Amino acid sequence: MELAVFAITAVVALIGAVAMVLSKNAVHSALFLLLNFSAIAVLYLLLRAPFLFAIQLIVYAGAIIVLFLFVVMLLGAERHEEGADALRWQQPTALVMGIALLAAVLVVALSGPLGAPAAAAEGFGAPEAIARALFTDALLPFQVTAMLILAAIVGVVVLHLRENQRG
Amino acid sequence: MIPTYYYVALSAIMFAIGVIGVLVRRNVLVTFMSVEMMLNAANLVLVAFAFARQDILGQVIVFFVIVVAAAEVAVGLALLVTIFRTRQTTNVDDMTLLKG
Repeated sequence: MELAVFAITAVVALIGAVAMVLSKNAVHSALFLLLNFSAIAVLYLLLRAPFLFAIQLIVYAGAIIVLFLFVVMLLGAERHEEGADALRWQQPTALVMGIALLAAVLVVALSGPLGAPAAAAEGFGAPEAIARALFTDALLPFQVTAMLILAAIVGVVVLHLRENQRG
Repeated sequence: MIPTYYYVALSAIMFAIGVIGVLVRRNVLVTFMSVEMMLNAANLVLVAFAFARQDILGQVIVFFVIVVAAAEVAVGLALLVTIFRTRQTTNVDDMTLLKG
């Protein structure tokens, strides 16, 4: 049963990924990326991570995709890529090197012992467990994250201000 | 119980698709989306190992990655909008100058 859910979700995730790269229209790309993110959220549920499932849907599928769609439509960037590539040999080379990278990663990752999944402990991945780790073991990174978000906000505002001054 | 290497293989394939997307596409927004998908592939393998080892810190790392990705997307898209205002293009081949 679990394996069937995994197989279907994995296929959906891969279809979303391939279609995202192949779509000519950037709006379609963003929507296929949404499909991919949602499939990964389902996989998080299979891996007993309900908190990350919710975060994935809210932050990635909600906020980030909406931001992408806003910018794509604001810039009118959904039209086709016209004209030939500046580097003619780039696309076939990228394809070959990408497949070579995939083969290398698979050989390395699947050769070593990965260990069978242990039996899930009671309450593993629950919000309480994550919060306890977040506020004890990972307290310093958690606070640094607050600084990072502040820096991002200031950065976006500064970019916008400079643009307005020039115009 | 699903073996961990199924997740690793799926994640590797998604990462490779993301790499090919970054290299092949010339629309800078689609390139950026491919980078996001590579981040997600890495997140998936972290959660898979967190489950295999029953270590909650793997999920905490993914939480941080998601937070950083959100900040990165906000700044990155603001940069792209600024570049578009001055260059009137979203084609990476036309963005050859750092000067504004």
